[in-house]
Amino acid sequence: MSVLVWIEQNNNGPVGNSFEVLGKAREVAAALGTQSVAALVGGDAANVEKVRSYGADVVMAVTSPLLANYRLSAYVKALRKAVEAANATVILMAATVRGREVAAVLGSELEAGYAPDAIDLRVEGGKLVAVRSVYSNNILADVTFSCPMQVVSIRPRSFPMPEPGAVGGEVKAVDAGLSEGDIKEQVLEVKSTDTGEVSLTDASIIVSGGRGVQQDPAKGFELVTQLANVLGAAVGASRAAVDAGYIPYKHQVGQTGKTVKPDLYIAAGISGAIQHLAGMGGSKIIVAINKDAEAPIFEKANYGIVGDLYQVLPALTAEFKKRLGK
Amino acid sequence: MKVAVLVKQTPDTAELPKVSADDVRSGKVKATMVINPWDEFAAEEAILLGDRYDVDAVAISMGSPDAVDALKHALAMGVGAASLVDSSGLTGVDMWTTATALAAAVKAEGAELVITGKQSVDDNSGAVYAGVAARLGWPLVSAVTKVVEIAGGRITVERMVEGAQETVSVPLPAVISVGKEINEPRYPSFMGIRKASKANIPATPAASLGVASGSGKTQWTNIRKPEERKTKCVIIDGATVEEKAAKLADALLAEKVI
Repeated sequence: MSVLVWIEQNNNGPVGNSFEVLGKAREVAAALGTQSVAALVGGDAANVEKVRSYGADVVMAVTSPLLANYRLSAYVKALRKAVEAANATVILMAATVRGREVAAVLGSELEAGYAPDAIDLRVEGGKLVAVRSVYSNNILADVTFSCPMQVVSIRPRSFPMPEPGAVGGEVKAVDAGLSEGDIKEQVLEVKSTDTGEVSLTDASIIVSGGRGVQQDPAKGFELVTQLANVLGAAVGASRAAVDAGYIPYKHQVGQTGKTVKPDLYIAAGISGAIQHLAGMGGSKIIVAINKDAEAPIFEKANYGIVGDLYQVLPALTAEFKKRLGK
Repeated sequence: MKVAVLVKQTPDTAELPKVSADDVRSGKVKATMVINPWDEFAAEEAILLGDRYDVDAVAISMGSPDAVDALKHALAMGVGAASLVDSSGLTGVDMWTTATALAAAVKAEGAELVITGKQSVDDNSGAVYAGVAARLGWPLVSAVTKVVEIAGGRITVERMVEGAQETVSVPLPAVISVGKEINEPRYPSFMGIRKASKANIPATPAASLGVASGSGKTQWTNIRKPEERKTKCVIIDGATVEEKAAKLADALLAEKVI
């Protein structure tokens, strides 16, 4: 048996969230007395060395000319080859959009127990336990498995990013054994939406705006973005701001948006509806900026400034520019 | 072409914080139950596809007989028909057995396209539809933000992943899950609600679709509420906004979060 991690790749190489999972996978493998295996599907051969430096016992590279573009059915087939070759019984991956569909289809095909979007993993009495946050982050449950094959996708930022520089393990090449006829999807176009901005789910700092910017939404989000830029933060928004068309949906934090877990969450002009709190309540430090001293967001915040965001945000931006020498 | 919309009945999102660990343990959640909000996007997309193509939509839900309310919501929005997979009396039904029953129901309807929301607001799994696709041997495209075209036995969609937008074409029959970007679900009209309230929704016992009681492949244990955030908010005071900003900067640097 072994503990296998799918190392997802995009145009910039391996996805950082996969290394968060790999770091934990090494602990889990050690506790189960077995090997950790990092599986790369397709992608650049140079990435194998990068993955090696994160210390898996085995790095498996599943290759085929047909794996150039991500295609779900092809990647699941390729990953199944790695699972077989590694005799893996625990299969882990980051719960990104692709990770979640790969995990679900793989789990279903293998008749595995599947714990989606888990936030923690441990080994208890020689058995894997995954912790899930369900009911939109209102209930926690330990998930135990009563079958030999176990698949878990892991919410980004659940585990710290490990340091590279480990002594690399053994590298094994596996032929994906694919033919184009096996693959159902045709990818017609891939457009990068990577604007260089920090993504919400990866961010250690998030600055968000809400309905409070309604007086001048464009100016309001410009001020939010300026503070975010100084802090190297991602820009978030409440559902109210997204529904009002102030900012695109991809910035939405909350129950019908993204669940985030930054070290610092600055909420400007966000009242703190429970649907929003469900998505950001796991933040380490929450700062609320709101004109209304009675806004529910202050009950969840560590620090609050009662004031007008159009004045407070520029003052904070100027202050942090000074402090951070920018 | 027949399109199946898979919907689930879930607690009203405003009431999710009130869901207790006991509720979840017993499976009897004391909350107003509504159609899973993500599935409203799926129902809306099926209706919109009916405007573009020769499409008949049927909403399918698996659950207790109470789940007909979610189906009635889909009908009231304008989905043409509905069908319940009645799982009452079965225990230990997990995501894959649910998928088995729903796949059989989709087949029985003769659907060529399955549309559903990206996940439910209670289990948050996004797994059942993947299981449906795997069981039917149909291609799956998740996180769809636009149906570009249905033509020549294929469906072409746009979807969003981290850092990229993909345009993907798959042969029909197929399963797609949709995200919030795809449309704006309509509110049911008064006429729609009246029609739905009178609708006779057929129910098929899940047991007749290849599902039996079992123990499931995973078990939830130690079900609990997350720890309440016990923070006492420190309100930053100051004579000027600059002074407040400086004090907040001091505090955040001391917390080592910047």
